[in-house]
Amino acid sequence: MGYVDDQFSQLHKLQDESSPDFVVEVASLFFDDAEKLINSMARALEQPCVDFKQVDSHVHQLKGSSSSIGALRVKNVCIAFRSFCDAQNREGCMRCLQQVSHEYTMLKSKLQTLFRMEQQILAAGGSVPLE
Amino acid sequence: MGTKIGYTFIQSNRAWLPKALVLWIMGMAFISMSIYRGMDEENKIRRKEVLGSMCDQRARMLQDQFNVTVNHVHALTILVSTFHYFKNPSALDQDTFAEYTTRTAFERPLLSGVAYAPRVVDAQREQFERQHGMTITTMKSEPSPIRDEYAPVMFYQEPMSHVKSLDMMSGEEDRENILRARATGKAVLTRPFRLLGSHHLGVVLTFPVYKSKLPPRSTVEERIKATAGYIGGPFDVESLVENLLGQLAGNQAILVNVYDMTNASDPLIIYHQKASTPWTALTTAFFLFVIGLLVGYILYGAAIHIVKVEDDFHKMQELKVRAEAADVAKSQFLATVSHEIRTPMNGILGMLALLLDTDLSSTQRDYAQTAQICGKALIALINEVLDRAKIEARKLELEAVLFNLRAILDDVLSLFSEKSRNKGIELAVFVSDKVPEFVLGDPGRFRQIITNLVGNSVKFTERGHIFVKVHLAERTMVKTDAKDETLLNGGTEEGVCRSGTGQFNTLSGLEAADGRNSWDKFKHLIDAEGFQSNASIINMMASNGGSEDVTLMVCVEDTGIGIPLSAQERVFMPFMQADSSTSRHYGGTGIGLSISKCLVELMRGQISFVSRPQVGSTFSFTAVFGKCKEYVFEDIKQSKSEDLPPGFKGLKAVVVDEKPVRAAVTQYHLNRLGIMVKMSSSIKDASSTAKNGLTSSEDKFQPDIILVEKDCWISGEDSGFNAQLLDWKPNGHVFKLPKLILLATNISKDECDKAKAGGFADTVIMKPLRASMIAACLQQVLSTENKRQAGRGVPNGSSFHQGLLRGKKILVVDDNGVNRMVAAGALKKFGATVECAASAKAALDKLQSPHCFDACFMDIQMPEMDGFEATRRIRQMESKANEQMMNGGSSVDGTAKRDELHLPILAMTADVIHATFDECLKCGMDGYVSKPFEEENLYRELAKFFKSKPLSAFIKMRQGPGAFELVILGLKLIERFSWNQSLSLPQEPHSWVRVPLLGLD
Repeated sequence: MGYVDDQFSQLHKLQDESSPDFVVEVASLFFDDAEKLINSMARALEQPCVDFKQVDSHVHQLKGSSSSIGALRVKNVCIAFRSFCDAQNREGCMRCLQQVSHEYTMLKSKLQTLFRMEQQILAAGGSVPLE
Repeated sequence: MGTKIGYTFIQSNRAWLPKALVLWIMGMAFISMSIYRGMDEENKIRRKEVLGSMCDQRARMLQDQFNVTVNHVHALTILVSTFHYFKNPSALDQDTFAEYTTRTAFERPLLSGVAYAPRVVDAQREQFERQHGMTITTMKSEPSPIRDEYAPVMFYQEPMSHVKSLDMMSGEEDRENILRARATGKAVLTRPFRLLGSHHLGVVLTFPVYKSKLPPRSTVEERIKATAGYIGGPFDVESLVENLLGQLAGNQAILVNVYDMTNASDPLIIYHQKASTPWTALTTAFFLFVIGLLVGYILYGAAIHIVKVEDDFHKMQELKVRAEAADVAKSQFLATVSHEIRTPMNGILGMLALLLDTDLSSTQRDYAQTAQICGKALIALINEVLDRAKIEARKLELEAVLFNLRAILDDVLSLFSEKSRNKGIELAVFVSDKVPEFVLGDPGRFRQIITNLVGNSVKFTERGHIFVKVHLAERTMVKTDAKDETLLNGGTEEGVCRSGTGQFNTLSGLEAADGRNSWDKFKHLIDAEGFQSNASIINMMASNGGSEDVTLMVCVEDTGIGIPLSAQERVFMPFMQADSSTSRHYGGTGIGLSISKCLVELMRGQISFVSRPQVGSTFSFTAVFGKCKEYVFEDIKQSKSEDLPPGFKGLKAVVVDEKPVRAAVTQYHLNRLGIMVKMSSSIKDASSTAKNGLTSSEDKFQPDIILVEKDCWISGEDSGFNAQLLDWKPNGHVFKLPKLILLATNISKDECDKAKAGGFADTVIMKPLRASMIAACLQQVLSTENKRQAGRGVPNGSSFHQGLLRGKKILVVDDNGVNRMVAAGALKKFGATVECAASAKAALDKLQSPHCFDACFMDIQMPEMDGFEATRRIRQMESKANEQMMNGGSSVDGTAKRDELHLPILAMTADVIHATFDECLKCGMDGYVSKPFEEENLYRELAKFFKSKPLSAFIKMRQGPGAFELVILGLKLIERFSWNQSLSLPQEPHSWVRVPLLGLD
C-alpha cells in the first residue's frame, strides 16, 4: 500500500488485550499532532521573515511522529523538507509543506477508512488480520 | 606531519648550488695560483740567496786573483827593470821574457797575456827601430806617424804575438792608461773596450817600469822622468765571465748582466741561460687545483643528492599522508556505506519476514525464503565488511565480560550441526579441563573467530571430521616442542599411521594436516590433566591465582581440501581466497580470515595454520583472556553453571568407541555433566567391564549408561551384542539395566530401525555432541526429572519477551507525543509499567531522589533541554544522593543493600552514528536504542542491559524463597531455548530429541 511501513505493523503487534485500541489511539494522537504542526508550519512560512529554525524543529517533530507511526511517505517528505529548511529555501519549503499536508490528508483518510473497517469487522465479531 | 617541515639549509638554497660550484672552482684556481706564485717566489728568493752567496764567493776569488795578478805584473815590472835596465847589457830578450811569462802564466790567471813596451821618445825612434829591427806601427798596423813618444811592444808573452811592435800609445784607451799609470806609478785599468786581437770586450792593465829606483815619496815629474816602459796585459772580460760562470752556474739557469761601473745604465753584456720551469711548484699547484676541483664536485654532487633525496622524501611523505587519508577515507566509506546499506537491508529483510507470514503459495514461499536467505547472507557480509573497516579504523574495542567458553563452543557447534550432519562430517569440540570455566574477554568476538574457522572448515570439508580443541597454550608448548618438528617435517606418515588398520588416530580416522592433533599427543594432554572433577579445577585456579591472564590455544582441525601451497601466504589477506576457482566453487568472500586474524591480534594472540592439500588444514590461534577472581568465580559458578542440569552428578557411564580421540570428546562432554566415564574400545570390553562391576565388589563400576559409537556398533553387530547384554540380566541384582545410547553422526532410517531392533531402544544422540544436548537426551532417557516436552508449542516471538521487564517501572522521556506513546506501548509489551514525561524538565521532576523507576528511556533531541543535558543532571542528582547516603545512611539498615544509585538511562535516537553513541556514553548514559522502535532491536538492547541483573537477582532469590524460584528460572531458560529456532526431525521416531539449535547465551 505504500503509505505506511513496517513500523505500522510493529504498532499492531503492540496492540493486545490490555490495550485494544492502541493503534487507533496512537493514530489519532498523531493526527492531532500533525495537524497542529502543519498549521504552525504554514503560519511560520507565511511570515515575511521566515524563522527556518522553528520550521525545522516542527518538521523534526513531525518526522519523529511519522516515523514512529510508520507513515513512510510523510516521513520521506519531511526528510526533503528538512534539507530545504537547512538551505533556507522558502520555495522548496512551501512545496514540501503542500506535499506534507497532501500526504497527511491521504494517510488520514486511508487510515480512518481502515479503522472504520476494522471496527466494523470487530463489531461483526470477526478478527482483524495483520497484513 | 606538515610538508613544510624538514627543509634543510641545502634544500632551501638549492638554486645557489651551481653558482657555489663555479665560485668554488674559481676560488680553488685562485688559491692554487697563489700557492704556485708563493712557491715560485720562495724558490726564486732561495736561489737568489744561493746565487748571491756564490757570487760573493766568486767576487772574493776574483778579487784575490786580480790582486795576485796585479802583484805579479808588478813583479814583472821589477823583473824587467832589474834585468833589462839595471843590467848592461840587458839580460832579457824576447825569448827569455816569453818563456818566463809563459811559465809563470798560472800566477796571472786573469790575464790572457802580458807584454812590455818601452818608452821611446821620438828622438830615439830611429835608433830603436834600427836596434830592434822593427817598425813602430799603430794599432791599425800602419807605420806610426810621428808623435812625441811611442810605446812599441818589445817583449810579449807568446799568445800576444799580434801586438809586437804595436805602438800602445796609438790606442786611445791605452794611451790614457799609460799616461795615468806613469803619473801614478800604480797599476791602472782602462775602461772596457774591444780588444785588439779577439775583439772581445776587455780592459787593459798597465804598469809603469822605472829606470831608476824612485824614492817613496816621488813627484809626478820624477816618475814620468824615470819611466822606462810599461808592462800591460788585457783582461778578457767575456772569457773571464764565461769561465767564471761556467764554474758558478753549473746547470742552473742564470741571467748575468755585466755593467761598466762608470756607466751603469745599460749592461755591457747579457748572459742569459734559459730558466728551467719550476716543475715542483707547478705540479703541486696543479694537483691542489685538481683536488680542489674534485672536492668541489663531490660536495656539489652530495648536495645535489641530498636535495634529491629530500625532495623524494617530501614527495613520499606527501604520498604517505595521501595514502593514509585515502585509507581512512576508505574505512570511513566502508563504514558509512555498509551502515547505509544495512538500514534498507533491514527493511528488505523485515518485509520478507512479513511476506513469509502471509499466505503464500509454495513457489512464492520458496522465492521469498531464498530472497531472505540471500538478504541475510548479504547482511552478514556487510557486517563483516563493517567489522573489517572498524578494525582498520581502530575503532573496534573488545569487551571484557565473564563468559563460559564451553557454552560458546557448544553454540558454535550447534550452528553448524545441521550442515555437518548433512555432509556426514564428524564435528566435535574438546576443551581441556585446565581451561577455566569462565574467562574474561569478548565472547562475541571469540565466537566470531570460532564461527569463522569452523564455518570455513565445514565449507571445505566433504568427509572426515572437524575438530575444535581448546587448551592452555603454555602446556601445549611444553608438550609439543620436542617431537613435533620431526612430525611436521615429513615423519608424519609413519608417526601417526597406525600399523594394522592403516587408519589415522584422529577423530574420524582420516589423516589430519597437523600431526599435533594425533592421538599420541592428545593422550598426553588428557593424561596430564587427569579428567578430574571440578574440585581439581578450582584447586588449579587457586594455584595459578597469581597470574591475571590465561592464554588459550584453540585448534580447528579439518580433513578438507586443504590450502594449496601457493596460496598459503595469502590466506590472511582480505578478499583473498585460495584461488578463484575456490570462490566459484564454494562461494564466500575471503574476508573472514582476515577479520579473524585482526581479532586474534586484538586478543593479544597469534593465528597460524598448517595445511596440506587434499589432507586438510589445522588452524590454531592463541588468545589471552583474563582470569576471573576466585570469589567471583564461585558466585558465578553457582549461578551460571545451572545452564547444565545438575541432576546427572554421580552417574556412571561407559563409552564404547574404538577411536580414542572421539571417545575423549564424548568423555569430555559427559564429564561436564558430572558423569563418571570409563572408556572401552569394544563392546566386548564394555560388557566385561560391566560384568566385573557387577561381580567384584571392590571395583564397583556399575554403569548407568552405555554410550556406543555407531561405527563400533556396526562392526560389533555380528558378535551378538544383544546376547552379551542380556547376559547381564540373570545376575539380576537390584541394579537396573544400564541404558543404551547410540552415538551417530548421521544415520539412515534403516540403520535406525536396526538399532532399535538391536537394543538401542533408549535413544540415539546425533552428533555433534554438546553437553546441553546430551543432558536433554539423558533426561529423557533416564526420566530423572518431570517429563517436559522440549519444543512444546513454539511461542510467537514476543511471548518470551514478556517476562523481561515484568514489574519494572520505566520512564519514557520524549517531547513527541506519538513517539512517547509508541515507546510506552512497546515497553508495556515487555511487561513493564511505563510512565511518560513530555520534557526533560518533567523527567527531572519525576526522578527526584526517592523514585521508583528501574530504567529511563531518553530522547536526545528535545527542545529546551536535550537528552544529554538531562542525563548529566540526573547523574549529578544521583551522585549527590549517594554521598548523602554514604554519610548518613550507615545507620539505616534498609539502605545498605542498595549500595549505589544508578538509574539505567538508555538513549533513543534516530541517527545511529557512532559519534552519537560515544556522546551518549560520555554523558553517563548506559545504552542506546534506535528509533523507530523495532521489537527485536529493543529486546536486544534491553537484554544486553538487563543481563547482569538476573544473575544477581537470582543469587538473592536462592537465599530467599528457595528452590522454587530456581525452577522458574530454569523453565524460563528452557523456554528461551525452545523459542530459538529448534530443529525438529519429523520423520524420525519418537526417541529423537528436539535439539535446540541456538543455545544459551
